[in-house]
Amino acid sequence: MTSLYDLPGARRFEVASTDGVRLACVEAGNPAGPTVLLLHGYPDTKEVWADVAARLADRYRIVAYDVRGAGESSRPDATSAYALHRLTDDFEHVLDAVAPDGRVHLVGHDWGSVQSWEFVTTRRTAERVASFTTVSGPSLDHLALVTREGLARPTPKRLSRNVEQLFRSWYVYALHMPVVPELAWRGVLGKHWPAMMARSEKTLGPPEPSLPEDAAFGAKLYRANVRHRMAAPRHDAIAEMPVQLVVPDRDKFLAKRLYDELDRFAPHLTRRQVSGGHWVPRTRPDLMARWIGEFVDQVEQHGTAKPATAAATLASKGRKARRDEANRRRFAGQLAVITGAGSGIGRATALSLAEAGARLVLVDRDAASAERTVDLAQVLGAAEAYAETVDVSDAEAMEQLAAKVRATHGVPDLVVNNAGIGIAGSFLDTSPEEWKRTLDVNLWGVIHGCRLFGAMMVERGQGGHIVNTASAAAFQPSKGLPAYSTSKAAVLMLSECLRAEFASHGIGVTAICPGFVATGITGATRFVGTSAEKERSLREKTTKAYKRRGYGPEKVADAILRAVAENTAVQPVTPEAHAAYAASRFTPRVLRALARVDLPK
Amino acid sequence: MATPLMAARAGVSGPDIDGFRTVQRLAYDCAEAVAAQLRPGVTERQAAAMMRRWLADRGVHDWLHLPFAWFGDRTAFTGFKVPHQFFPTGRRLTEGMPFILDAAPIYQGYTADIGYTSSLGPNRVLDHLLDDLAVHRALIVEAVRAGRTLRQIYLDVDELMARQGYENRHRAYPFGVIAHRVGKISDGTVRPHAFGFGSRALLGLLQDGVRGHREGWSPLWNPRKSSDHPATPGLWAVEPHLGFRGVGAKFEELLVVQEDGDAYWLDDTLPHLRRWAGRGISGSLATGSAPDADPPGETAARAVVATAEAIAKEAV
Ligand SMILES: NC(=O)c1ccc[n+]([C@@H]2O[C@H](COP(=O)([O-])OP(=O)(O)OC[C@H]3O[C@@H](n4cnc5c(N)ncnc54)[C@H](O)[C@@H]3O)[C@@H](O)[C@H]2O)c1
Repeated sequence: MTSLYDLPGARRFEVASTDGVRLACVEAGNPAGPTVLLLHGYPDTKEVWADVAARLADRYRIVAYDVRGAGESSRPDATSAYALHRLTDDFEHVLDAVAPDGRVHLVGHDWGSVQSWEFVTTRRTAERVASFTTVSGPSLDHLALVTREGLARPTPKRLSRNVEQLFRSWYVYALHMPVVPELAWRGVLGKHWPAMMARSEKTLGPPEPSLPEDAAFGAKLYRANVRHRMAAPRHDAIAEMPVQLVVPDRDKFLAKRLYDELDRFAPHLTRRQVSGGHWVPRTRPDLMARWIGEFVDQVEQHGTAKPATAAATLASKGRKARRDEANRRRFAGQLAVITGAGSGIGRATALSLAEAGARLVLVDRDAASAERTVDLAQVLGAAEAYAETVDVSDAEAMEQLAAKVRATHGVPDLVVNNAGIGIAGSFLDTSPEEWKRTLDVNLWGVIHGCRLFGAMMVERGQGGHIVNTASAAAFQPSKGLPAYSTSKAAVLMLSECLRAEFASHGIGVTAICPGFVATGITGATRFVGTSAEKERSLREKTTKAYKRRGYGPEKVADAILRAVAENTAVQPVTPEAHAAYAASRFTPRVLRALARVDLPK
Repeated sequence: MATPLMAARAGVSGPDIDGFRTVQRLAYDCAEAVAAQLRPGVTERQAAAMMRRWLADRGVHDWLHLPFAWFGDRTAFTGFKVPHQFFPTGRRLTEGMPFILDAAPIYQGYTADIGYTSSLGPNRVLDHLLDDLAVHRALIVEAVRAGRTLRQIYLDVDELMARQGYENRHRAYPFGVIAHRVGKISDGTVRPHAFGFGSRALLGLLQDGVRGHREGWSPLWNPRKSSDHPATPGLWAVEPHLGFRGVGAKFEELLVVQEDGDAYWLDDTLPHLRRWAGRGISGSLATGSAPDADPPGETAARAVVATAEAIAKEAV
């Protein structure tokens, strides 16, 4: 594991603060770039930022320091030495040393963020902060005010939020006990904490050797501030600079809903949601570095965070606006690879991700249609979009694609194995070649995608998500669709097995089962055992029927993004797909009877 | 007995053509003038009233239908289920919002029916849609000349839209029409309107429909069996309407179909043609003859052109 001291141009130095405390600081990276100041939490040291800093170092000047009581900084004994105004003194002294005239972009995690809220809402330091990215560390003032309002004007929502946070804050009360936390940290807890964290957070690196002492002294941060601030919160703690809030969706210690009303305290707020636990600086450094970098760039260029896109201002309020905002929070800056992106469900998914500001690699065997999707994606605001012409059933071409993606764009955060072809007609009419073609595309295409990109995701160790497009035909047997249904049932089972295997790597796997969706698929479906002319008329008929059904691929794209956000295992989409899914579990006989019905000829 | 529309059929003669062109230009002038006056906060109703007043001041007293205005996602007819949703509402214009102005004045007996799409300030999505309308204009006239049936052309346009990644929004119009016939009406005094539609003009359409029904053609152009015939001679107000993620765009203008089956767009100097010319989208592309050596834009644009060509070729 890298250390901050190993970064290019790293320089260690000390800063003396007011009460004789000496702060261990490091400066590294591009001295000409904007200054990004990274502040760690509890019970960490500045090294918690090493992975993120390594990714930012080529473009930004990185500064980090150990908070008093942690790492290589002094550890005053008095609890009062840990009060927020003391921490603000520390910050001010570091600023004087590293940015006497300019401003810094502040990034805080956990207690580093809690104290940063104090800095960005205190006059003497706030004006020296250009932007603030906050991760898993609310302002004590906001927390107190919101909690009080919850009690004073209780609504069911506010009450349940308070209760939830009450439970998640067990450790805060524990840390208020005298002596016990110190004993625990220097004893059993200090010893077992790293293993506990590795288990619950996945892929965390080894701990700092100073952990027991950091944790023991750090407890004073809570004792010196929490009770006092909760009793007397400041009402004017407004952060005027652009603020980026990053919320991990599996944070054990903080309720997501705590931030519902944050816009009141941070009027220029950008929200981001990451799939991960409390320690995302360690577990999701790629994404964290990207979000921090993009945010800093925007503020440097425009003086504000990105103005809402035209699309965003246009969107009428209500459900659609909420959905778009949720997608932006989750998918902005993420790298997605989508196969079959030239038409139908693949294209719609690409466009929804484009609206959310994702980076896209759009794969189709039809070059022109993939290019066209790239075009539309760019118009809609994709951060980047590239077309790749690949037949997903071609193992070698898929290997080349995977290698190219990795080399030019990095490891994808999301892979949608969606390319597929339709084939209809009885089993006895289906030739071996037709079977092979169907399985090559519908099953092998998915296998290649999962294998190649899955391996990359596992190796990177920063999570990710794979979506495979199965079908309602995966659980609805039919004598008219033996080859197609078999291929899709295999995709469904593959997804379930993979989900089990990848769970321990923090990688989600979802099988999507759409139902009847009006796309190009009906016009391209092979109807075996029919003349060319009959096939044409059958294609026309089914296309018409699907159109009349009127379920658009955009709604499938919505379902896909929602399923990724919620890490759903199997996602039926249309009502008929939901019904078939339910029936397959509770009344499979009904489905078997349906399987015998003749398809329209 | 001569119906107003029979007069139009016979009257695809020089002076009549000039009459139609004059009123079409007047209507587009109106749309441009009103569009230039639109500001944030203006409602659809106000915009429609502005058009009505502008045209009335210039001698228009009768209408095929009263002016329409659609703002924001109403340009794509988002969520339209019943016809009255087409009528102007209190929706207010905001910065960057797309809008469509649609007017159908009757002037000195000649009818126009136009559609003008723009946005209040820049809108990238809308720009893209407007650019991509050019190839539809080319495709339609080419296919009519080739004698393809109206139903087939409708489906060609559908296919082109699907490849472009757009939705067909003209299907939301009453009877799902991409076009309808217009004719000459003997000038008279102002008549009452049925739900915003000029009753005499509507009557004309109705009479045309009755006659067409007898003779096996339809004054409406949609994907139904009744449209499975080549374009009948006369004037067609054609309005391909693209929709894409809550943004809609269309033009609407008159296509002249001659007795010998040849066809041409009544006027090649309309605002959308000037816009295309200004953006380097070749005139030939917009007018329907073979594209120049190198059409503008990147591969994707070329792909769409190729599609249109293929469709047009298949038509020949
Ligand atoms: N439309 C439906 O009703 C429906 C229902 C259930 C499942 N599905 C599944 O959804 C997926 C997407 O289908 P759609 O409805 O959007 O169809 P579509 O035909 O509109 O799009 C499929 C796209 O995949 C591409 N493609 C096909 N074979 C390929 C290959 N070997 N390599 C690379 N690209 C290839 C095609 O060129 C096309 O652009 C398919 O897997 C399909 O089986 C569709």
